[in-house]
Amino acid sequence: MSVNNTESYLPDFNNAAAQRYRHYRKIKDVFIRYLMAIGGIGVIAAIVMIALYLVWVVIPLFMPARLDQLASYAIPGGSDKSTIYYAMEEQHEIGMRVMDGGNIVFFNTQTGALIGKESVLRDKRRSVTAFAVGDPTQRVMVFGLDNGTVLLRGHQYSVTYPDNQRLITPSVFNLFDGKAVVIDSRHKPLVLVSAQSDETQTTVAAVTNDNRLLLVNLAVQTGFLGDSSTVERTEQSIQINSSAKITHLVLDVEQRDLYFADDKGWLYFYDISDKSAPQLVERVRTSHNNAAITALQFLSGGISVLVGNSDGTITQWFPVRDGSNSYTLQNVRSFDSQSSAILAIAPEYFRKGMLALDKDGNLGVYHATAHRTVKLVQVNAGPDSLLAIAPRANAVLVEGKDKTLQFWKLENNHPEVSWSSLWGKVWYESRDRPEYIWQSSSASSDFEPKFSLTPLAFGTLKASFYAMLFAVPLAIMGAIYTAYFMSAGMRNLVKPTIEIMAALPTVILGFLAGLWFAPIVEAYLPAMFLIFIAVPLSILFTAWAWYKLPQFIRLKVPAGSEAMILIPVIMLVTAVVFAASKPIELWLFGGNLPLWMGEHLGITYDQRNSFIVGIAIGFAVIPTIFSISEDAIFGVPRHLTTGSLALGATPWQTMARVILLTASPGIFSAIMIGLGRAIGETMIVVMATGNTAIMDFNMFQGFRALSANIAVEMPESELGSTHYRVLFLAGLVLFMATFMFNTVAEVVRQRLRTKYSTL
Amino acid sequence: MISVRLKNWLDSGTPYIWLNAGAVSVSVLLVVGLLTLIAVRGLGHFWPKAIAEFEYTDAAASITRIVGEIVEQENVPRARLAEIDARIPDNAEYIDRYLIKTGNRDHLGMDFRWVVATGMSDLAYPEDLVAIERREWGNMYGSLLALKIDGKEDASAGSPVWERFQQAIASTQLLHDQIEYIEKDLIGDINYRIERLRLRQNRLAMSGTNNQLALEQIKQEQQTLQQQFDSYTEELSGLYAQLAQYSITVRISDGTEVELSLGQVVRAYQPNAMSIFGKIHFYIEKLWEFVSDEPREANTEGGIFPAIFGTVMMVLIMSILVTPFGVIAAVYLREYAKQGMLVRIIRIAVNNLAGVPSVVYGVFGLGFFVYFIGGNIDELFFSDTLPSPTFGTPGLLWASLTLAILTVPVVIVSTEEGLSRVPRSIREGSLALGATKAETLMRTVLPMTASAMMTGLILAIARAAGEVAPLMMVGVVKLAPSLPLDGHMPFLHLERKFMHLGFHIYDVGFQSPNVEAARPLVFATAMLLVLIIIFLNLAAIHIRNKLREKYRASEQH
Repeated sequence: MSVNNTESYLPDFNNAAAQRYRHYRKIKDVFIRYLMAIGGIGVIAAIVMIALYLVWVVIPLFMPARLDQLASYAIPGGSDKSTIYYAMEEQHEIGMRVMDGGNIVFFNTQTGALIGKESVLRDKRRSVTAFAVGDPTQRVMVFGLDNGTVLLRGHQYSVTYPDNQRLITPSVFNLFDGKAVVIDSRHKPLVLVSAQSDETQTTVAAVTNDNRLLLVNLAVQTGFLGDSSTVERTEQSIQINSSAKITHLVLDVEQRDLYFADDKGWLYFYDISDKSAPQLVERVRTSHNNAAITALQFLSGGISVLVGNSDGTITQWFPVRDGSNSYTLQNVRSFDSQSSAILAIAPEYFRKGMLALDKDGNLGVYHATAHRTVKLVQVNAGPDSLLAIAPRANAVLVEGKDKTLQFWKLENNHPEVSWSSLWGKVWYESRDRPEYIWQSSSASSDFEPKFSLTPLAFGTLKASFYAMLFAVPLAIMGAIYTAYFMSAGMRNLVKPTIEIMAALPTVILGFLAGLWFAPIVEAYLPAMFLIFIAVPLSILFTAWAWYKLPQFIRLKVPAGSEAMILIPVIMLVTAVVFAASKPIELWLFGGNLPLWMGEHLGITYDQRNSFIVGIAIGFAVIPTIFSISEDAIFGVPRHLTTGSLALGATPWQTMARVILLTASPGIFSAIMIGLGRAIGETMIVVMATGNTAIMDFNMFQGFRALSANIAVEMPESELGSTHYRVLFLAGLVLFMATFMFNTVAEVVRQRLRTKYSTL
Repeated sequence: MISVRLKNWLDSGTPYIWLNAGAVSVSVLLVVGLLTLIAVRGLGHFWPKAIAEFEYTDAAASITRIVGEIVEQENVPRARLAEIDARIPDNAEYIDRYLIKTGNRDHLGMDFRWVVATGMSDLAYPEDLVAIERREWGNMYGSLLALKIDGKEDASAGSPVWERFQQAIASTQLLHDQIEYIEKDLIGDINYRIERLRLRQNRLAMSGTNNQLALEQIKQEQQTLQQQFDSYTEELSGLYAQLAQYSITVRISDGTEVELSLGQVVRAYQPNAMSIFGKIHFYIEKLWEFVSDEPREANTEGGIFPAIFGTVMMVLIMSILVTPFGVIAAVYLREYAKQGMLVRIIRIAVNNLAGVPSVVYGVFGLGFFVYFIGGNIDELFFSDTLPSPTFGTPGLLWASLTLAILTVPVVIVSTEEGLSRVPRSIREGSLALGATKAETLMRTVLPMTASAMMTGLILAIARAAGEVAPLMMVGVVKLAPSLPLDGHMPFLHLERKFMHLGFHIYDVGFQSPNVEAARPLVFATAMLLVLIIIFLNLAAIHIRNKLREKYRASEQH
């Protein structure tokens, strides 16, 4: 009954409409909760993703290569004759096998099916006694015959698209109209041969079976009108030690250097740029423990030679110019990932990488400049196995020991980057010592990009160092005064004025620094030095003078107005210093200080230099440091200062012994955040330095910073290339550095906040 | 005695206080000086400068007549000049050097020239000297001799040649506007439609269906468009012929008489004869041209309207993207997430992201937005135009998104701060009255936070408007062929590249072939950008102060 009673007095809160409405409100509440959760987590995840994405792009740089065997089949063309050479074309669809008797077969690399067959030797009485290839990109082969002559042949591939299907047709072409070129006039069989051929000349080096080393050069001389051409022949023999047997012979693609190795473990280097007078430059032992030389190949570009030794080491050598302008062979780097005799080395066609196969059947993938063993894999290979790499370095042929040919797919996109090549000194070809170099692109096509982040990181640190040198004293001293000594009315004016500079676009600061400030500094350099002494001195002098003023004048000016009094003083001093600059320069430095510094102190002066950048970035970070440290000082609890003052300490003593000590973590975090900003600053660095990647502590020279490098090069780098990923790595380095500085600062600041609240 | 007092003085610490005060003075002077510099150089550029005329004896003792504006004066030690010029008198240690803007780049080979004061004689400012702004080759200085129509000297009406010249400029300007309308708007429209037809054709070909009817229709449309195009070009050639009728003869500094077609002339003035009001009028006109016109001559002349427009568009799109996401993330962190270690870490991380260099965001934007997302969008929706990318290339959308990611921490931090300032009593009151958490949030808490959100947004905009480094990678160009907003469907072209004030400064100041000529314009652009950003920041500070007062008041109740 009572229930009915209440129902009659109160409105019905539980009718259908109210229930529906409550239900609707509940759904809305849940919906908003989920919306906020999903949205919030999503946004936070998106932000975190930035770091992950950078890592994701960078990681492939450090991944090892992948080698997967795609096929294995009986040696195409039969195994009754042994193989002397394998090669593949651009698309690695077709392989070529050169057999002992001078027969060549072309085959499908996936299946091993024969596609074509050619014979080099037309005169069946002759036999092939030696074989070599020229630079792999030119696809020239040389066959040394038993009568002291050589045949020069090339292989070529034409691509057609019948029915929109790519069809590659291989063929063999002749050089010198297919005629044999006489190398040895005594017609002894050639046991070793090496040749290079281009449009203007062909050079052949050969060793006969009676151990003579012969050099023949055929240069095409075109007539003045280009209508007639004659071949000029130069031949010369090179004296060699008769007791040693030459085992390897290689000629560089420019036809200027000749290297050969003998069975005693010596490597000989001849300068043959004058073909009629070959010069022995040097003879070196390539191995310490008397290991024999088992393989000798040029790295692509024809500057370095790679020597494979019987103990499994591979050493890289190239001639280095010394102080007296003469060349000596240097063992630039060694690889000892493999432990049995190196049977074959297959250099990549375009990059400075190579493959090496050893007697135990290990196949190593290397990059010479990066000094990196990218991959080591076991293949089924025997003591006389052969190795070939595709022109794009994406496939490998290995002749196994059980008369099979293995076709491997090679995925090796970024071998040229390693920890040591990014941060350490690298000895590049044609350089006389290991260096830190950043040079990502060049006009010439056969150029090796040089990715050392060290000079860039150095540039970043140099910029931040000068910036902090300028900004930290100014900002912190300013903060001390503003927070503690300045009158409240002025503080309300000064603080926003300085803080608003934090929002000033750095592109404007960079523009002013580069186009307005840099010429002024150059013209008034003495003033720039003087001003750092004159302004503090004038401040002290003003302070002293103020102290000496009669008291009735001093008392008329309210306390905390020192900064106001100093403004005209500083303006005046600056004006005086600038006016005096030219006379001083004329009087002491012959009217041109930058020139004088170059002549007398050996300091080179760039118009856009670290000094300019330091001041410009310093200017950009002053508001950040100022604002945060001012907050920290201002936030020191009042009872500490009043206590100190009550005990008889002067205001300055209170500041130095109580306030600064308490606020020091806050000031530290202000410096950290300022440093983070200075490191990442981009536009100022781009605009106010020369952006050359040099490493030099000179204040009057430029640099190239990580951030500027990214901004300048990123738009031009190709998606997915090594350059692109290295730039991402530079971004990641910046990200991590600033993130670290900021985190330290933030943690310190939070601690400080709890400290203040408990004091 | 003195030393004791000095020691006392030093011990008291007063000198250190003064040194600290000095640091404040220096900082303030730097800030004020910088702003003054930008303002003076930026605003001074548009004031008409007098044209000087003088005889100049150069180092090789040959005498030339120079006409031009004196741009800069420099005081150089004698030694530096004596190497170049042996005739410098020995008695003076310093010699004045002037930078003269001589104009007439097409005739003199250069438009700026340094002259030494000692070689100058007969300096005068004749009233009849004319400065002519041209569409190409920079300014022309000289005296106006005659106005020709159809190659014949126009001697009608007997009014002075200067007045007739001004009238002729007005009428040729009209013709020029017409030409521009036809070339840009009408023919641009036809080109756009032809391109659309071509794409339709491609799509038909790709779909493989042999739809003769559709093909026929396309062909017909193409024909009509071609006819329209032909009629426009005919009209254009008529207008060009009309324009070519007018020409003037000007005697330039070296005495040669030069013929100049009026189609080339933008504006002509006689600064030496101008009254102060004339100059003010001219100044306002130039200022208006600067903010409303398109750039000429590789961005070194004319206006910066496309850059202003691009900056505003980008910032607008960024704001639309950043506000909801920033606010939702902040509300989640402050109101819904369980407060603990994890949230603290996230809060620190979000805070720190505001300090990550902007160039890193640019790298991310290029890799993730442009290449990854843009590339996939292209493959899914714009495969008919591939391989030329639509979204897979830097553009407005990606630039805005990148800046949104860059500025979202600012909005989050500011909104969170606002949320934390809402008094607990207000929430509890709302909940006690039976409101759900969502209702409390939507009806009471968020409205009270509105101004904090505004502050965050304004700070985000101020940061975004000034950023350049990331934009260089994700969509800014030195000269965009068309604005991202126009009359063609879908009106807002998010995939287009755009111009930007900050990048304009970098590009004109550092990549321009004629830096000397471009520099004043860069100062003017810088001033505009600084004004915008300072205005936005002051607004943010103002709103923040208002907000604080409001809560102080509500806490007292």
